[in-house]
Amino acid sequence: MSDENGVIYRISGPVVTATGIRSRMYEVVRVGHEGLMGEVIELHGDKSVIQVYEDTSGIRPGEPVVRTGQTLSVQLGPGLLTQIYDGIQRPLPVLEKTMGTFIERGVDADGLDLEKIWDFEATVSVGDELESGNVIGTVQETETIVHKVMLPPGTSGKVASIESGSFNVTQTVCTLDDGTEIQMMQKWPVRSPRPFKQKYAPDTPLVTGMRILDFLFPLAKGGAAGIPGPFGSGKTVTQQSLAKYSDAQIVVYIGCGERGNEMTEVLDEFPHLIDPNTGKPLMNRTVMIANTSNMPVAAREASVYTGITIAEYFRDMGYDVALMADSTSRWAEAMREISSRLEEMPGEEGYPAYLSSRLAEFYERAGRVETLEGEDGSVTVIGAVSPPGGDISEPVSQGTLRIVKVFWGLDAGLARQRHFPAINWLSSYSLYPQSLDQWFRDNIATDFPEIRTEISSLLQVEAELQEIVQLVGSDALPVDQQLTLEVARMIREFFLQQNGFHDVDAYSGLEQQYKMAKAILTFQDSAKKALAAGGQLEDVVNVPARTNLMRDRFEPGYLDRVDGLVDEMNKQIAAAAEEN
Amino acid sequence: MSGKEYRTITDVKGPLVFLEKTEPVAYGEIVQLRLTDGSMKNGQVLDTSDDMVVVQVFEGTAGVDLGTGVKFMGDVFKLPVSKDLIGRILDGAGRPRDGGPAIVAEGEADIIGAAINPYSRQSPHDFIQTGISAIDCCTTLVRGQKLPIFSASGLPHNDIALQIARQAKLKDSDEEFIVVFCAMGITAEEYNFFRSDLERTGALENAVLFVNLADDPAVERLITPRLALTAAEYLAFEHDYHVLVVYTDVTNYCDALRQIGAAREEVPGRRGYPGYMYTDLAMLYERAGLVKGKKGSITQFPILTMPGDDITHPIPDLSGYITEGQIVISRELHGSGIYPPINVLPSLSRLMGGCIGEKTTREDHKSVSDQMYAAYAQGRELRGLVAIVGEDALNERDKQLLDFSGLFEDKFLRQSRDEDRSIDETLDLCWDLMQNISTKYLVRLDQKWIDKYHPTEKK
Ligand SMILES: Nc1ncnc2c1ncn2[C@@H]1O[C@H](COP(=O)(O)OP(=O)(O)OP(=O)(O)O)[C@@H](O)[C@H]1O
Ligand SMILES: [Mg+2]
Repeated sequence: MSDENGVIYRISGPVVTATGIRSRMYEVVRVGHEGLMGEVIELHGDKSVIQVYEDTSGIRPGEPVVRTGQTLSVQLGPGLLTQIYDGIQRPLPVLEKTMGTFIERGVDADGLDLEKIWDFEATVSVGDELESGNVIGTVQETETIVHKVMLPPGTSGKVASIESGSFNVTQTVCTLDDGTEIQMMQKWPVRSPRPFKQKYAPDTPLVTGMRILDFLFPLAKGGAAGIPGPFGSGKTVTQQSLAKYSDAQIVVYIGCGERGNEMTEVLDEFPHLIDPNTGKPLMNRTVMIANTSNMPVAAREASVYTGITIAEYFRDMGYDVALMADSTSRWAEAMREISSRLEEMPGEEGYPAYLSSRLAEFYERAGRVETLEGEDGSVTVIGAVSPPGGDISEPVSQGTLRIVKVFWGLDAGLARQRHFPAINWLSSYSLYPQSLDQWFRDNIATDFPEIRTEISSLLQVEAELQEIVQLVGSDALPVDQQLTLEVARMIREFFLQQNGFHDVDAYSGLEQQYKMAKAILTFQDSAKKALAAGGQLEDVVNVPARTNLMRDRFEPGYLDRVDGLVDEMNKQIAAAAEEN
Repeated sequence: MSGKEYRTITDVKGPLVFLEKTEPVAYGEIVQLRLTDGSMKNGQVLDTSDDMVVVQVFEGTAGVDLGTGVKFMGDVFKLPVSKDLIGRILDGAGRPRDGGPAIVAEGEADIIGAAINPYSRQSPHDFIQTGISAIDCCTTLVRGQKLPIFSASGLPHNDIALQIARQAKLKDSDEEFIVVFCAMGITAEEYNFFRSDLERTGALENAVLFVNLADDPAVERLITPRLALTAAEYLAFEHDYHVLVVYTDVTNYCDALRQIGAAREEVPGRRGYPGYMYTDLAMLYERAGLVKGKKGSITQFPILTMPGDDITHPIPDLSGYITEGQIVISRELHGSGIYPPINVLPSLSRLMGGCIGEKTTREDHKSVSDQMYAAYAQGRELRGLVAIVGEDALNERDKQLLDFSGLFEDKFLRQSRDEDRSIDETLDLCWDLMQNISTKYLVRLDQKWIDKYHPTEKK
């Protein structure tokens, strides 16, 4: 028996132990007669412990295990966009073609279409001195996205030959003077972050079009956010909204251990949805990874790494990439399952002791960087968390909250009241405003941060007043406090609530958000004046123009009308005071 | 079949048998045990290595001793499938229980079931009318959906499930569902209730029953739903049937899972249930839906009883994280004599949005359902306030909403066990009840529907 080939000693679910091979950690091996793909995750003397990415039923001790010499890697190059992969980058359409509706095992598939011909346009010339990560040419990958072909990390030299023209991803497009041949496809091991020159502090918001997020709890491009929430509270709808409307240039969407139908929905919807930022179908900028709850757990564990590596690759081209992982809890559970099969000493709630460091390493791969090419690129990571019973004192939520700077806490109570997005405005937070406020002042309005503060303090005051109302009813409050409650209600119903499924309401630009917030404060001012002038609260708050102002946001072109609607409201409020 | 019988058992622990010195045994392989008294048991390999094989015994290990013979059958668990399954009653391991002949197989299917490629799925969008107003209006069931009933002991979830199985149909269609019914550890009395109802209505001829009762082996419950879903997949995707799978009680299934975990001395997760319970349940619940290029469908209606009425208990919690909504049964409503006691507030159908409206149910459905829900939610909340400050402290709007919440329960929720309301009847009933609230408070209703449907204000 050579070191390259061994045999199975033990099978326990997705974990297989082999003897007789001298493998390396994280090396990919082929397991059993069917050659199932697996990855070495532990070495014990002459035993290699392997997590297998496919179902292991029917496999026996004694079957062969073969080394490949490679670590778990993804294929990177033109053809990633619009694709949907499983957790180990097998394209699902290819799997359908080879095995039909159900995913059988033992089938290999390349991440990229190796036959497809792309038009490669060289952007460097013979004699140019290149360093690793430098762009050597471009390919129009989709209608909206130009794919930049880069020298793989670790490669550098003088260009000996380069050619524009039609190539597939494995043909050589460029040679260096040391004879190195460069193809459009490169491989990268998923568990290692891709290199860059340096990390920058984020200073630009990721504009999502969701008012509560952008206005109250903004996320920076290159930042990381966690969305914990019990089942049915809106994690997936929020993540999908971000995938649809956020102003990232590339979106990587990972369905990690969640429902099959949710991925189908994205597949059905995205080709028809128009990106508000480019006017072209959203699919053009999207890569999807679907390893649903009933697909093998080891591949689920790998799926987040596959996703983030693809995200980094586009970042290296100088793009702003947003990655959504729904749900990171399922990833953590996959770790827990594998760890328990390894009979490792469990940490809290059975999770492996390294849970929090894995979470930290993953979120650390977010960031705004100077790429090797010297461009500005970013990966923003938004992870959903599914705490058991909705209680975020559990290890995955806590491990996440220690790292991310934005916490969008979903609340079962709000969801039950059908207040969507059910993000709790009292418990959520963002630590980015400090670094983003200058951007908001320069690009939206000089008093943007102050307006935000006024809106959030009104919500705080409301929470305090509500406690009193619970005891004595609202009629017992003085009129000015009753008005405050009314203003806060307007913030909730007009501003915070946003129907993720409504064609118009689902997306608000920042300028519109600002105007809507101002409109609420204007209402407060006018109403205060009217009350001081002797108006009755009932009359002042119920002017029809205010209802119009609120309802009209569901019609297209609201931004252009909102000033007029506010003027009309002011007039009616003033009139309501005079009638008295 | 290897044929060789081993007598090398070293340990017996709970439902598990450990043995050594075997030929290579496959992971998941089916096992036959011959006890010293000659009786037979079945099992499955849970862990296999050169040194040791762990077998989970479906019928439990009572009577097993170190002299018990163990035979490995060479293959994983398969169900013989055939259209002849329709009309049959099988036990929890797939053997005829109705005295009928063995199933003549058209093929064999692995009961674990491969995952449906997400790319091959088709989004569910056909409205299923259950005839139950609370469900049809507020948590609409869609063909291909997995929508569990979250109930608790002593509540009439079985009646509701049966009523749905009887009445479920596509609007304006007589296309029938095939019901696959799967009993996991329920009592003989409950089972007889199901069976006689199916018999009475003639539905039994169009049903397949897999039955594991409370006094049947607990571990067998781990395969019973897999048999049922394998049969369902076969009928739906090989023979174009629309299949409705009703399985009860998921809680018993999870308890069997916990028992195995404990016997293997696994690190337990919350409340002693195994850490992989989410994945295990997903392997059942995800076997629902529609796929491209096939006419059939699988709709799942699992029933689970929440221990201690606690919706945060791991069983309902993990289920809710996988299924596409839930229908929650309320002890309080049941206590006030309302059938079906469905609490619409924590109930949800996630697929509802895509399946209601002009083309499928009625143009005003969404508006009406939002308004009914909102008004009822507010009315219910006011009950709490009234308890403190008294009804006199309420303003006009609140009084109307409070009264409405009573009407909602009494007239809208309440219906008899054989009352089959069409969606039009249900929506008309909603309009009828909403008359009790002035239209100025009905802010969730579009004016155009008020103009068209409001009994007294329509134009
Ligand atoms: N922004 C929103 N606008 C309108 N409806 C929403 C919104 N967010 C959530 N909902 C409603 O709540 C339901 C559940 O949301 P979602 O599927 O996102 O929950 P989730 O938190 O991902 O749950 P799970 O953890 O079980 O996957 C949706 O089907 C929808 O009805
Ligand atoms: Mg979700």
